[in-house]
Amino acid sequence: MIKFLIKGLLRDKSRSRLPVIIVSVGVMLTVLMSAYIRGFMGDVIETNAKFTNGHLKVMTRAYAENAHQIPNDLALINVRDLLTEMQELLPGIEWSPRIQFGGLVDAPDENGETRSQGPAIGMGLDLLSAKSKEIERMNLSRSIVRGNLIQKQGETILSEEFAQKLGVNPGDNVTLIGSTMHGSMSMYNFKVVGTVSFGAEAIDKGAIIIDIEDARLALDMFDSSSEILGFLKIGYYDDDLAVKTAEGFNARQDSEDEFSPVMKSLSQQGAMGQYVQLTSVWSVYISMVFVFAMSLVLWNAGLLGGLRRYGEVGIRIAMGEEKGHVYRTMIYESIFIGIAGSIVGTAFGLFFAWLIQKYGIDISGMMQGSSMMLPTHIRARIAPPDFYIGFIPGLLSTILGTMLSGIGIYKRQTARLFKELEA
Amino acid sequence: MKTIPFILLITFSLTGKAQLSADIILERVDKNMSSENRIIESSMTIHGRRGSRTMTMRSYSVGYKQAFTEYLTPVREQGTKMLKLENQLWIYSPSTDRTIQISGHMLRQSVMGSDLSYEDMMEDRKLTEIYDAKIIGEESIDNRKTYILELTAKVTDVTYNTRKMWIDAERYVPLKEELFAKSGQLLKRTTLSDVKQIDGRWFPTKMVFKDMLKQGDGTAYEISSIKFNQQIPAHIFSKASLKM
Repeated sequence: MIKFLIKGLLRDKSRSRLPVIIVSVGVMLTVLMSAYIRGFMGDVIETNAKFTNGHLKVMTRAYAENAHQIPNDLALINVRDLLTEMQELLPGIEWSPRIQFGGLVDAPDENGETRSQGPAIGMGLDLLSAKSKEIERMNLSRSIVRGNLIQKQGETILSEEFAQKLGVNPGDNVTLIGSTMHGSMSMYNFKVVGTVSFGAEAIDKGAIIIDIEDARLALDMFDSSSEILGFLKIGYYDDDLAVKTAEGFNARQDSEDEFSPVMKSLSQQGAMGQYVQLTSVWSVYISMVFVFAMSLVLWNAGLLGGLRRYGEVGIRIAMGEEKGHVYRTMIYESIFIGIAGSIVGTAFGLFFAWLIQKYGIDISGMMQGSSMMLPTHIRARIAPPDFYIGFIPGLLSTILGTMLSGIGIYKRQTARLFKELEA
Repeated sequence: MKTIPFILLITFSLTGKAQLSADIILERVDKNMSSENRIIESSMTIHGRRGSRTMTMRSYSVGYKQAFTEYLTPVREQGTKMLKLENQLWIYSPSTDRTIQISGHMLRQSVMGSDLSYEDMMEDRKLTEIYDAKIIGEESIDNRKTYILELTAKVTDVTYNTRKMWIDAERYVPLKEELFAKSGQLLKRTTLSDVKQIDGRWFPTKMVFKDMLKQGDGTAYEISSIKFNQQIPAHIFSKASLKM
């Protein structure tokens, strides 16, 4: 009978093509939205990961306790060896050492005296290594307002707002006054080569970016770094994977030594943990609301599909076909349509979601002047639920719609049917 | 009824005597610790959580308004100079050839990672000029009798609102000191030892400063040479001398 029903569906395009298209479109939208919402929520996490948290962060235990104070006297040492060890141990993660620091940026006048001065938040990034992805990660190329990126050591980039406050232009020299790893005062001259704007007030107010090797020289941090940020090569934050990786790494370290490295996943770093949890819960909520809405649409489509065949059902009953049989065949047909539409819709939905995951949607134009640290590209993120979530509206709703519309079959009397057919 | 005025009289006379004694003690401390001018060669060992660092320096000072310090070792600090004129402070860094004025919140920063702040270095006025003192007890430190003085600021521009000092009852030099914030929180503790008689005055030559808000074992300061009432050329206390 199944073969007979499928043949019927294939031959009668009005019973198969349009319903399958409707179900496919609905399922495609469901899958796409699910991946898109997950991606958008995740992009906010990604932005924070790139700027400060990493997917994983390695610090000394003592540094981790007071990380918000940026205590560089407790920074990691022998970083080269540690990096080699971590690269061998965890090949699925890209590691990037960073030095964070606070200090003053002092702009001199023509006599070398202080002309202007302001407090700064500094970042020492690996900007000059051939393999480094820090420029891309920090979106520096697109954030440049004036001048250019750091090309060699001794150069610096200031945030545009900070440069304007200090009255400094690309080409000018400034002195960074900071504190070495050992607590001594440190002074180091830099040539300003560019200014950037990240669109986040906290950073734009007073940022100074230098190459990590310069930071090591300036702050007397030879082969040291405040922290080593890890980024999962899969391209997005996976909390389960990150937590598991951190636990595995920490189990190998000496928990008694306050200067031994400790790894923390993004969700284990202060308020980001709450955000990660909120994100996962809200992603599910938003997706479920959309799935429910799409279910109503497809249920309605199923209902209409059933009602549209009112006449056909009447003839079949008039010809003596059992009502239950008619009802069952209609449900079987809706299962075939639901399955076909869900498969096609899921395939298309995943394809478009993959495109958005890979290339993203550029919203940098909308971000100009924003005071929030938001990503410039919105990307979808495909996850296992996207492979089956479309079947909820696609299959179940279509069947339910058909079942509901088919109830009318049992209410129709044979005598009345002939009258309807005569008419 | 006649006993009440008598008790009050006794109380007032005793309080007045205690106040007078505290003032005299503080004057004697000032006499030992303050000078017209002095040249000090010293070393400072900073005991951090990861190890210790020692630096040596030579300092010149005239009264409490002028001071000049040059760091001699280690290599990274060599040639770094600090100049204090009145209430202004400049630092010269040879690696950048820049002279930077330290002001505002920077004055609260640690000097070379030690337990001393720039504000601590700036504060060199006579104690009698800025504090009211009272004796609050006696105690023995290293078998030496000490008076415990509580000092309360009588001017507003002081770094520490109250101090507690343990003053050697014979030599009138502090052997221990605790510095408090206005809130009453203990900020710093100093222990002073190796008291030597130099040019007719007693002077402690070893001090350990401990910033109570910092981890670590404090900063040991040791005077290897101290000369009072020297002829110090006036040009030393000029900004030009920083780059010399």
